[in-house]
Amino acid sequence: MIAKVWLIPLFPLIGVLINGILGAKLEKISKKIIHWIACPAVGLSFLVSWMIFRELLNLPPAHRHFEIVVYNWFTSGELSVNVAYLVDPLSITMALFVTGVGFLIHIYSIGYMIHDEGRYYRYFTYLNLFMFSMINLILANNFVLMFLGWEGVGVCSYLLIGFWFENREFASAGKKAFIYNRIGDYGFILGMFLLFFTLGRKTGIYTFNFSEIFAHVNFIPVSIATIIGLLLFLGATGKSAQIPLYVWLPDAMAGPTPVSALIHAATMVTAGVYMVARCAPLYMHGPFALYVVALVGGITAFYAATMALTQHDIKKVIAYSTISQLGYMFLGVGVYAFAAGVFHIVTHSFFKALLFLGAGSVIHALSGEQDMRKMGGLKDKLPITYWTFLIACLAISGIPGFSGFFSKDMILGKAFENGYYFLWALGTITAGMTSFYMFRVLFLTFHGECRADEEVKKHIHESPPSMTVPMIILAILSIFGGYIGVPEALGGSNRIWKFLQPSFHYGHEKVHIVEHHMSLGVEYLLMIIAVIVAVLGIYIAYLMYVKNRELPEKLAQKYPLLYRLSYNKWYVDEIYEGLIGRPLYFLGQVLWMIWDELIVDGAVRFIYGTVRGVGGALRYIQTGNLQFYVVFLLLGILITIFYIL
Amino acid sequence: MHSPAVLIFLSLFLFCLGAVGVIVRRNLIIVFMCIELMLNSANFMLVAFSHFLKSIDGMMFVLFVLAIAAAEAGVGLALFVVLFRNKGNIDSFKINILKH
Repeated sequence: MIAKVWLIPLFPLIGVLINGILGAKLEKISKKIIHWIACPAVGLSFLVSWMIFRELLNLPPAHRHFEIVVYNWFTSGELSVNVAYLVDPLSITMALFVTGVGFLIHIYSIGYMIHDEGRYYRYFTYLNLFMFSMINLILANNFVLMFLGWEGVGVCSYLLIGFWFENREFASAGKKAFIYNRIGDYGFILGMFLLFFTLGRKTGIYTFNFSEIFAHVNFIPVSIATIIGLLLFLGATGKSAQIPLYVWLPDAMAGPTPVSALIHAATMVTAGVYMVARCAPLYMHGPFALYVVALVGGITAFYAATMALTQHDIKKVIAYSTISQLGYMFLGVGVYAFAAGVFHIVTHSFFKALLFLGAGSVIHALSGEQDMRKMGGLKDKLPITYWTFLIACLAISGIPGFSGFFSKDMILGKAFENGYYFLWALGTITAGMTSFYMFRVLFLTFHGECRADEEVKKHIHESPPSMTVPMIILAILSIFGGYIGVPEALGGSNRIWKFLQPSFHYGHEKVHIVEHHMSLGVEYLLMIIAVIVAVLGIYIAYLMYVKNRELPEKLAQKYPLLYRLSYNKWYVDEIYEGLIGRPLYFLGQVLWMIWDELIVDGAVRFIYGTVRGVGGALRYIQTGNLQFYVVFLLLGILITIFYIL
Repeated sequence: MHSPAVLIFLSLFLFCLGAVGVIVRRNLIIVFMCIELMLNSANFMLVAFSHFLKSIDGMMFVLFVLAIAAAEAGVGLALFVVLFRNKGNIDSFKINILKH
């Protein structure tokens, strides 16, 4: 089955082709055809991934590395790029949860999007195209194919954020996401080519292939490896919404909620983390770049959490929470705990997709209302949504027994173990804030009395099974997904760590870090601290939003500066606007008026003016009278004769 | 026999007469006749030189030109008939659709 890995991207591609070309006609016949093409396509991909995963598990760890060449994409001189897929523990782990969560969200989309008339097919075409690109990104065995997927998911993200493009704001949110991603991609391209040329110069091997690059990574000077790492990381900050390029993600919530769940929570935004993990040997060769990754991740985690505290839009809170959790993942890979970062990607994809699907279910029930001030008391009306949402909140808060606990604990534990005490402290405080704002959402949405409009209240209903079933499955995964990585301190064997670890070592790179080992006592202490902080966060949320409802208002009045900073997202959008947007706009204006209007347009206008003037003068000769022309003919002949004679 | 100069001037005179006729007359049939006049002035010159140079070539040439001119006259007159049918007159000043 491993040799047939190309089946994984093939199925969604078939879906794209059928729905993309015939979709408009098929939709007129029946909407069922559309989703009966799109959903099984992803389901089959998941099935193939699962079979490959089982096969891989049966092999000894040292042999779990396959490169399947599908065909030669292009050859130019010494460079040859193949469409080839890499099957190893890292890529198959990613493929497994991407297709799995993707499949569930495809099913959820049926219930959520069925009322969208006339472009149901377009939605599923984009969604399948996204799956195709994402799978290419993950399974690629070279930078070029990875970049194809990297750009492909960006395009799909743009198309789906602006899916309801009649709304100007939504359309510009799509553009914003695309432009910020382009800035990151610029860094990615530069990093890619710097790597290509440096390696080529030093060793004579011109290649984009991961294994070949990482096998020769020691030939790259450390300083250049650092620069390459930083450039690639710039790409990752764009795709994975980290400081400084994170501002597009909250606006990306303009898209349909299943899209937010699939692309902007579970899969696409983790591509940056995956890329850093994939390039682990390179980053270990340039440790400063890895330190920057950890630092940016830790700071983003904290900083995004501060913004999530006060938002009123339910999807915005979850969006900031996503940025914050992505920060954790970067923190994980940045402290040399690549497997921990990837583990958090997996568990996060379960509970964050679930949070978004829950939010989508709430929004669906409230006829499109997203403001939490107009929610409340939905516990009894939406029981399935409530319970699944509660499980997701517990998981993201890191309550023992739920998946988030194990992955977050692994990241924080490794940060502490490897000596990044500051980042550990930052991560722990963030964990407290995370549980606070998640339970704030839970209490505001599901508890208390209903604050919705009378008109909306009448239509509140639990979502159809196509929406609730995926939520229930994700809830089960949110609980049990963490048990693949139970740490040794708790009597587990940390299977995911052992499974993933071979993907990060090619055996050639110098290891800059000495493996520390914490005593069991310290490990227990860290866990207890994490749990106490999380529970404290929940308790404060309970105090503020259930017991004493006036408290938030009072606090906001007492600390107006802090409140306003958080509520207005630290004014970063405005700062970017002032520092970059406005000067660029001004420069554009100047160029437009002086260069474009005056010089370029002036030249064009001069040329056409001249032609027009001459033509205007000459048109009087064109009388249309035959004999008039004959006179000129004769004159011409006479002049010619005189000239010759 | 006449001197060549007389014949050349006669030919030139006929040619100019034709040319002026083409320019100033408005009836297309007259214009057409003037064109024939110009053509025949050239033929006249050819025959004259054929005679002076004691060569049969020029005369042969004239025979061909006359044959083709006849065909051409047929086409031209047919055009005038069609023109008359469509516009009701053959006044050259009123045929100026090229201007538009």
